[in-house]
Amino acid sequence: MIRRHLGAVLLALTLVLGGRALAIDTEAAFEDPVLQHRYEAINRELRCLVCQNQTIADSNATLAQDLRREVRDMIAAGKTDDEIRDFMIERYGDFVLYRPRMNAQNFLLWAAPVLLLLIAGAVLFRVIRRRAQEADIEPEGPEAGRP
Amino acid sequence: MKLKFIVPLLLFVALGIFLFVGLFRDPRYVPSPLIGKPAPEFTLPSLQDANYPVSSKELLGQPWVLNVWGTWCGGCRQEHDTLLAIAAQRTVPIVGLNWKDDNALAQQWLAQLGNPYAVVAEDREGRTAINWGVYGAPETFLIGPDGIVLYKHIAPMTMEVWNKEFLPRIEAARAATGGQS
Repeated sequence: MIRRHLGAVLLALTLVLGGRALAIDTEAAFEDPVLQHRYEAINRELRCLVCQNQTIADSNATLAQDLRREVRDMIAAGKTDDEIRDFMIERYGDFVLYRPRMNAQNFLLWAAPVLLLLIAGAVLFRVIRRRAQEADIEPEGPEAGRP
Repeated sequence: MKLKFIVPLLLFVALGIFLFVGLFRDPRYVPSPLIGKPAPEFTLPSLQDANYPVSSKELLGQPWVLNVWGTWCGGCRQEHDTLLAIAAQRTVPIVGLNWKDDNALAQQWLAQLGNPYAVVAEDREGRTAINWGVYGAPETFLIGPDGIVLYKHIAPMTMEVWNKEFLPRIEAARAATGGQS
């Protein structure tokens, strides 16, 4: 029994404890915890373009290191989060953002859930109304015959 | 009543087409937001002589090419002979941006393999590369006489790309400015 679960327990421990060891950017960039928090939050939103499925906070690619340095310098220079994001978008395009913004190209994608909900609602409404009409006629037949 | 079957079928086919086309698109190719915009300016030390600065302003008035490279980059080695062949045509100046490299290694590379560049700017900090939206060398930009970025090629340069994408744009840019440059 114990041996059967040992592997699972070890794996769980590794996953729980190993997380810390996997942090790439271990040294704090700012002494001020507020600035440090902003720095980490922005890094987690920016894509590392050489290692596309990682953020620049996750990656130790040279480009990610350089981009973290840019973010740190911009925060230190008093730039707002939006200004930092715009800086990155001007250079790397919207793809650099992990939380994409709405624009003319992807408008349909953003609108799709609402549109689909409206279409589904309209179809549902029609089906229910038709069934209700049919039901109105049907039950009244036998019911009407009763005393 | 036929509509009931045709509409979902059409939707399904449309979705299928989108997904099918998506299969053949390279996610590593990120279109540059710089195209059609003024090229970011830079003034950097020359690779060969740190006292001699390379400035993007000096290149205004003619079409030119910026090639981002480094000795650590395999694709750059791969495209090097093509760059030499292009340079031999003497169509436009090729400006090298030596990206986060070791100066001695870079000079050795040019001495051994040949130097296709009119001038090489040394971007040791990688800040100019970031301004140009560079994310993976080799990358090659085409800049018009007015300093507007006309085209960007990501991946090793080939003669095919040069003839198909660069040359026609260079000719068009020259025609637009009266064939002066």
